[in-house]
Amino acid sequence: MDKIGSFVLPAVIALILGAALFRGVKAFDLFLDGAKDGLRTAVGILPSLIGLVTAITMLSASGVLDMLVQAVAPATNLLGIPEETLPLALLRPLSGSGALAVYQDIITKNGPDSPVGLIASTMMGSSETTFYTIAVYFGTLKISNIRHTLPAALAADFAGFVASVFAVWLLMLR
Amino acid sequence: MLLLSILGGLLTGRMDAVAAAAMSGAAQGVTLCLSLVGMLCLWSGLMKVAHAAGVTALFARALSPLIRVLFPGVDPKGSAGEALSMSMAANFLGLGSAATPLGINAMRELARDAPPGVASDNMVMLVVLNTASIQLIPTTIAMYRQAAGSSVPFSILPAVWLASVLSVAAGVLCAKLLARRKRGRAHG
Repeated sequence: MDKIGSFVLPAVIALILGAALFRGVKAFDLFLDGAKDGLRTAVGILPSLIGLVTAITMLSASGVLDMLVQAVAPATNLLGIPEETLPLALLRPLSGSGALAVYQDIITKNGPDSPVGLIASTMMGSSETTFYTIAVYFGTLKISNIRHTLPAALAADFAGFVASVFAVWLLMLR
Repeated sequence: MLLLSILGGLLTGRMDAVAAAAMSGAAQGVTLCLSLVGMLCLWSGLMKVAHAAGVTALFARALSPLIRVLFPGVDPKGSAGEALSMSMAANFLGLGSAATPLGINAMRELARDAPPGVASDNMVMLVVLNTASIQLIPTTIAMYRQAAGSSVPFSILPAVWLASVLSVAAGVLCAKLLARRKRGRAHG
């Protein structure tokens, strides 16, 4: 199964280059053209990325999240979300490396195939580092007024976390 | 956010950690950007080739019903539509490293129709789709599960699919509703 994952990327590249060969387009010239655009984009994002990543890293180091976990624990217990996965759910949108550390801690302590381990795995698999994604996408285009992006993205994350618990109980533990 | 973390550092007595994070955070920003540079160049280049070879038009045709519903006002056959469909396809296939540059491409196309500095409804929708992440095969997580001694690392697949679909549905619904509400207010 894990072999399939490593085949997808080369397959897509092969499809593009194969089609280029078939149509007889000047693949390498076009590639260089596009790559230059890519470089320009990257330089453009750098300043806003530094600002945002610094803010996010500081926030996750400050312990504000741990306070949040304690504050919301009673409410989430009602929803059946195991307490161990709460720090994961709260960190996940903010910090990819932070969430990964918490995730590895959970699966080594509880076992990857325990109910808590399965729920944590599903949460990790079905979500993204929301704040990074928003920062990268809007930072590139220097858009400061992001309107309703954050509430909608966080609603998706929240639904994903609750759905992870639900999906594991429904599909794997019955 | 910076001030909040400094306040939090004061309250929890972790000021040293916050100070260290300020330094390492700036460095991390550069690292993140550098790790993106290669992929951005590679995929922007490949996209140009794909466009000339007609591959993007193929993807755009396959995904055009979806694009019409999610991104009203975008012509699925136009350049924005092609960029959108490539970005969505990369996300779906779990090509994390390709999805970001392709998504940025699509964002730039969408930005042409929006006032500068303000996100349009369609741009919000694209970002929400990308943050909710529909992934066919979560390879990375399976890898970590295996490393932790799981005998069936891919057993979570159906649960991940269900959770992803529900999360994307919630995001799309929320984005549509909020867009409608805000527009209503703007028109009085």
